[in-house]
Amino acid sequence: MLTFLARRLVGALLVCIVVTFIVFVIFIVVPGGDPAQRIAGKNATPQLIENIRHTWGFDKPFYDQYWVMLKKMFSGDLVSYTSQQNVVSQIVQGMPATFSLTIGAGIIWLFFGIVVGVVSAVKAGRTSDRLITVLALIGISMPVFWLGIVCRYYFAEGGVAFIFPDGEYVGLTQNPFQWFWHLFLPWIVLAVLFIGFYGRVLRGNILDTINEDYVRTAKAKGLPPRRILRKHVLRTSLIPVITLFGLDFASVLGGGAILTETVFDLHGVGQYAAQSINNFDLPPIMGVTMYGAFFITIFSVIVDLFYAYLDPRIRPT
Amino acid sequence: MAERLLEVDDLSVHFATEDGVVRAVDGVSFDVERGKVLGIVGESGSGKSVTAMTLMGLTRDVNARFGGEVNYRGRNLLELSESEMQRYRGNEIGMIFQDPMTSLNPVYRIGEQIVEAIQTHEKVDKRSAGRRAVELLRQVGIPNPESRVDDFPHQFSGGMRQRAMIAMALSCNPSILIADEPTTALDVTIQAQIVELISVLKDDFDSGVIMITHDLGVVADIADEIIVMYAGRVVERAATRDLFYDPQMPYTWGLLGSIPRLDRPRPDRLHSITGAPPSLINAPPGCRFRPRCPHAFAKCVEEPPLENHVETPGHLDRCWLDVEVKRSVRAATIAGEAPEAA
Repeated sequence: MLTFLARRLVGALLVCIVVTFIVFVIFIVVPGGDPAQRIAGKNATPQLIENIRHTWGFDKPFYDQYWVMLKKMFSGDLVSYTSQQNVVSQIVQGMPATFSLTIGAGIIWLFFGIVVGVVSAVKAGRTSDRLITVLALIGISMPVFWLGIVCRYYFAEGGVAFIFPDGEYVGLTQNPFQWFWHLFLPWIVLAVLFIGFYGRVLRGNILDTINEDYVRTAKAKGLPPRRILRKHVLRTSLIPVITLFGLDFASVLGGGAILTETVFDLHGVGQYAAQSINNFDLPPIMGVTMYGAFFITIFSVIVDLFYAYLDPRIRPT
Repeated sequence: MAERLLEVDDLSVHFATEDGVVRAVDGVSFDVERGKVLGIVGESGSGKSVTAMTLMGLTRDVNARFGGEVNYRGRNLLELSESEMQRYRGNEIGMIFQDPMTSLNPVYRIGEQIVEAIQTHEKVDKRSAGRRAVELLRQVGIPNPESRVDDFPHQFSGGMRQRAMIAMALSCNPSILIADEPTTALDVTIQAQIVELISVLKDDFDSGVIMITHDLGVVADIADEIIVMYAGRVVERAATRDLFYDPQMPYTWGLLGSIPRLDRPRPDRLHSITGAPPSLINAPPGCRFRPRCPHAFAKCVEEPPLENHVETPGHLDRCWLDVEVKRSVRAATIAGEAPEAA
């Protein structure tokens, strides 16, 4: 067990480092203009650009630059090219919003995803199942940015009503009610996509599991149908859903809800990532990518451990 | 005479499908007595598994139509509601299935699954049920049951899993055990052990057993009476000895003839019955076996009834052939020397 854990954690660390390298290479290779020029701004003299290039080390060979960047990252010294702000502190500032968005949406989408999955499986083939399927597919197909803007327009900017606030994030400790109120629409918008998807996955798993031999055995033992569903069907059907949830949750926590955060102006890590990419600003891009990679790799290990807990066949003996 | 536990009377099970009505079981009758083993023998598609599952009510479906009666101790199980049927399953009638690998839930321990079976029907606390589970495992011959009871199914070998399934099926002391091809998925040496185990437990638990198989070797050992099923019907019924020494159906001869024998010279190829079982949707008129029967004649276009033609009153068959004719051509047919079907 400990060797398994150690191996996975070392692997996770390696993945993070490789990710930084890949991001760096992409940045070097993709044409986006000279960073020195961007820092210098408009009306910059060639001399100024040259000075900036030298101060910032852009004239050094790329492996040198990469090494310097890695050092800065681990010492927390990463500074944005455009805004001169410390990347780490910017990320930390955005974390409460991103965490609030993720945890709230995660609870909603897991709960309703399971409900939708179970109901549509139990009523498979009937009208209610077909209706739920259509709704789920609509939910999956609606682009987040479109749904987000539509919700904002109708419910916050007066299209139908002024119920919800028009974007922005309010800290939980500042004002709990406003915190909830500001996050309500973003939660719904983010969850809708996942609910549809998880519902479909769970429905498929349940319908497969119902045909398994051990479910027939459970019936032959005289178990009532509710109990068969709960103990024998759901337990096995939920395993892939839970592991899927772990990874999706990690990715949203790692700043993956870029569109939702931007549409609702939540100033979370995702929005910061979007802005940095827009500005072609390497240090924040690097920082955010590392932040995301960290969460995804860690959760990946957690999910594997949890999977082994749920399915005894997988356990490392 | 032993207590008659189960009387199946003219049972039919039809499934409505897109292609038509599948007459999986078409007028089957048999009895099960306490302390006795009834063997049901037939090819795949003969209706033997559907019959067994119907006894447990496991074939109930919107597309299923049932006829006849399944009388267990006076009550017709076909007429029971689903919740009433749940009280019989596991409790009065236990069933074990073909593949022990997939018939046990992989995420729960063996002991937990047996305890679940017990607690469904009896008001016992978990600890007592757990102790009973250990004793049951011991009874079915699992070594070290105290520690094995906490194992997961994948930690058991195939034969042990089947033993555990048997323990689970017998945990509530049912009067009847239905074994649906219990040895088919196991290797030959384990097969013999499982068959022996079932025989011993039948006496220990004083229950009746229905043993379903396509393997005549298995029933020869354990069964008291055998019914041979073909295309959803019973085509021969006899005490075991009579079936093997005086079989009356050409189909039975075919089955006997297809067993490789150690005491005969080795043939070039394994002998099999030519042709394939008929469609259960559009059954040909007359004797269902006629297209494959080497001895079919004019009368066979008329469906033969299941009747007694020989001296032993309990021996029934569905064949128009004269008994003397049968006995004269039988040996050759079984040995594979008969003319091919017309």
